[in-house]
Amino acid sequence: MSTGALPTAGPMMPEPLRVRSLRRETADTFTVSLDVSERPGGFPFQPGQFNMLYAFGVGEVPISISGDPARPGELLHTVRTVGAVTEALRRVGRGGRMGVRGPYGRPWPLEEARGLDVVVVAGGLGLAPLRSAILHLLRHRTEYGRVSLLVGARSPEGLLYRRELARWQEDARLKVLVTVDQAGPEWKGHVGVVPALLRDVELEPSRTVALMCGPEVMMRFTVRELERQGVPDSRIHLSLERNMKCAVGFCGHCQLVPFFVCKDGPVLPYDRLRPFINPREV
Amino acid sequence: MAEVAPPEAERERFVLSVDGLEALLVALRGDGWRLMGPTVRDGAIDHAEIRGVADLPRGMTEVQEAGTYRLARREDGAFFGYAVGPRSWKQLLFVPKLRLFRAHRQEDGFQVEPESTEPPRLALIGARSCDLHAIAVQDRTFLEGPYKDPDYAARRERLFVVAVNCGQAGGTCFCVSMRTGPRATSGFDVALTELLEGGHRFLAEPGSERGAALLARVGAIPAREPDARAADAVVERTAQSMGRAMDTTDIKGLLYRNQEHPRWDNVSERCLGCTNCTLVCPTCFCSSVEDTTDLVGGVAERSRRWDSCFTLDHSYLHGGSVRHSIRSRYRQWLTHKVASWWDQFGTSGCIGCGRCITWCPVGIDITEEVAAIRATDGARPGA
Amino acid sequence: MASSLPPIEEHPFLRGLSPEQVKAIACDVREVSFPAGALLLREGDEARTLFLLRSGRVSLELNVPGQGPRQLETLKAGDILGLSWLFPPYRWHLDARAVEPVESFALDASCLRGPSPEHPVLEPALAMRLLRQLYERLERVRMQRMDLYKVGP
Repeated sequence: MSTGALPTAGPMMPEPLRVRSLRRETADTFTVSLDVSERPGGFPFQPGQFNMLYAFGVGEVPISISGDPARPGELLHTVRTVGAVTEALRRVGRGGRMGVRGPYGRPWPLEEARGLDVVVVAGGLGLAPLRSAILHLLRHRTEYGRVSLLVGARSPEGLLYRRELARWQEDARLKVLVTVDQAGPEWKGHVGVVPALLRDVELEPSRTVALMCGPEVMMRFTVRELERQGVPDSRIHLSLERNMKCAVGFCGHCQLVPFFVCKDGPVLPYDRLRPFINPREV
Repeated sequence: MAEVAPPEAERERFVLSVDGLEALLVALRGDGWRLMGPTVRDGAIDHAEIRGVADLPRGMTEVQEAGTYRLARREDGAFFGYAVGPRSWKQLLFVPKLRLFRAHRQEDGFQVEPESTEPPRLALIGARSCDLHAIAVQDRTFLEGPYKDPDYAARRERLFVVAVNCGQAGGTCFCVSMRTGPRATSGFDVALTELLEGGHRFLAEPGSERGAALLARVGAIPAREPDARAADAVVERTAQSMGRAMDTTDIKGLLYRNQEHPRWDNVSERCLGCTNCTLVCPTCFCSSVEDTTDLVGGVAERSRRWDSCFTLDHSYLHGGSVRHSIRSRYRQWLTHKVASWWDQFGTSGCIGCGRCITWCPVGIDITEEVAAIRATDGARPGA
Repeated sequence: MASSLPPIEEHPFLRGLSPEQVKAIACDVREVSFPAGALLLREGDEARTLFLLRSGRVSLELNVPGQGPRQLETLKAGDILGLSWLFPPYRWHLDARAVEPVESFALDASCLRGPSPEHPVLEPALAMRLLRQLYERLERVRMQRMDLYKVGP
C-alpha cells in the first residue's frame, strides 16, 4: 500500500535552463533564448502556449513562448519587466539559469483555421504569443487563405520585433498593418487605434478566423469591430491574462467564472467568453 | 483510498458494542494507522490524533447558529453527538502549507532539489457524509484534471475511513438539500450509526473489503432487523430536523444571470472579507506560493500555502486587482461554489456542511443569500 | 492621375445617396492633390472645406512647442477630413499633413451648411453620416486616451 516517498512539487517543479542570449526589444522588454540542447527533442510546444519562468528565490511568472513551433531546439520568451520577478529574470543574464516548466494552456486554433482567412491582431506585448502563430502560418502558408497581421503599440519605440516586422511588411504572403497610439514627426507609419486598421483589411466574414492578444480593452473594442463586420464570435479567439500561481489548475487564481485561464485558456473563443468578459470585476 | 463499495442493498450490516468500537480503533492502530478523530480542543470539536474511545468527545455536543459555535453537554453519553466542527479533513489532505522544493545556488546557476513526501497512514474516525463528499469534490481538483497533485495523491492513498452517520443535524447544515447526507453512501471503509436507545451500540456497515475484514476481526455480529431499523430511524430523524435547505434548481443559471443582482451590494455591506468561510470550507482549494531565500541567497525555497479568493492579492494583475470590491469577491466565492464549480468539475462545490455560516463572524448565510437572489431573480441595481 | 480614381458619388462618405443629394451636398466641389509633406489644413486658418480623401494618407497633427508636431491620427482614402466649418469660429483646430501624395475632393462648406452659416441646415442624410464619422472618431479617441499599452494601473 505504501508507495514510498514522492516528490511534492510534481508538475510544479521547474527545470533550470541556461540563458543562451538575452536581447533587448524595447525600453522595458527583452527576449531570452534558453538552451534546450540537453533535452531530447528540445522543447516542443504549440503556438499560444506559455511557460512558467522561475527566478531563483524571487518567484515565478507565466510567459508566452514566442519562438517558432517548428524549431523546438530554440526556446524563446519575450518578457516585460514589470515587477520583481521579471526584473530578476532580466538580471539572470547570459550564461545564468532560469527555471522553466511547461508548456501549458490551450493553443491558437491553427488546425481549425486551415483553409480560412486569418486576421492576427496584436496589441503591445500581445505580439509575443502571436509570433509563434505567425511563423506557423508562414511555414504552412498554402494551407491558409489570406493572412493579415494588425499590430498596435503605444509608440513606435514600443513595437516589438521591429526588424522582423519590417521583413514581414515586405513579405507578399502577409498583409501587415502597424499603428501606434502616438508618434512624433519622424514616424512614417499609421497613427490610431488597432480596430481602425480592420477597415483596411478585406474581410470575408464567413471565412475569417481572428486571433488576438493585447490589453483586454483593446481586444473588446476589436471584437466589436469584427462583429460589426460579421465575423462569427466562435471564430474570434482571444488570449487572456490573469494572475497565475500554478498553471496546472490547482491554485484557483486565474479563474474567469467557469474558466481556468491556465488550462481552459489562455486562448478562448469569444462565443464562450462573451458572458464573462464584459461584466465588471469578474 | 477506500475501495469501491458494493451496492448498498447487498451490504451486510453489523452491530458493534462500545467495546467493539474500542477494539476496532485498537486494531487499526495495530495495523499501523494513525487515528485522527474528533476530540475537544480549544472549545471546539476538532480533529486530532486519538488513541481510543476515551479521547472521543463523549457526552459533548455543539450549538451552531449563523456566526455562533459553542460546546454543550448532552446527557446520553453519545460519542458522536455533534455534527461538524470548524475543521474538516481538508487540513490532512490538502495541507495548509507545503514546501514544494528547495533550490541551491551554484556557480553556473542553481539546482532544484525536489521535496519528497511520505505522508502518514491516517484512519479518519467519525467522518461525516458531507465531508466525504467534500473529499470527493477535492479529488476532482487535485487528481482528476490534466495534472495530479502528488502530495494530495499520496495522502489520499493512505487513508482508512470510519464514517459516522449523523445522529443529529447541526444548527447550520443542509446536506439533505445538497444530496450529500446525512447518511454516508460512499467513500468509507466502515460506516457507523450510533444507537443510544436500548443499549449504547453502533450499527456498522462495511464499505470495502478491508472494512468488512476489520469488522469481522473485532467481533461485529450481524445486525438484526430492529437494529437496522433503529439506525435508519436515526438518520431519518436527522434528515427531518435539518433547519436549512438550499434550492439548487438551475442554480448555475440563476447565479450566472444574476451577476449584477443588488443582493451582492447588500451582502458586501455585511461581509468583512475575512476569509473565514474559505478556510473552513472543506472544498475551497485556492493556494498561493511563497518564495524565500536564506540570508546569503544560497538556498531558495518555494512553498505552497492556502489562499483565499477574498484577498485582494488573489486576482492581482498588472498593479491592480481584477476583483477590487468585496462585492465582487463575495460574488466570486458564492458563484464559484454553487455555480461555476459545475462547469469546472461537474459537481457542486458546496456540500452543505454549514461551516461557512457558523464561522462567519457576521453570520452571512449562504443558503439565505442564494434564496434572496432566487426570490428576486433578474433584479437590477436601482430597479 | 485623379481620373483613374472613383467619382465622387462612389466615395464611401457619399455612397448610397441619390444623385440629387450628392448634387446638393457637393454643389461646389474641386479635385485637389497634395504632395507628400504638404499641409491640407493649418491650425487657426479659416475652415470652409470638407475633404473626402481619395488616395494617400493624411496625418492629423498638433504642434507642441519644444517637441514638434505630435501625430494624433492617420486618415486615409475613404475617410473625411475637416469638420471645423460646422461651427463658429470656423477655424481649423489641428494641422493636417499629407504623409504621402494625396488626392482628394474638396467640398465647399457653403453648400453643406446651406445658405446661411448662422443657421446651418444640413441634409438629414449628411447629418447622419457626419454623426457616424464623429461617433467613430470619438470611440477611437476614447480608446487612445486609455493609454492601453502602458504598464501598471
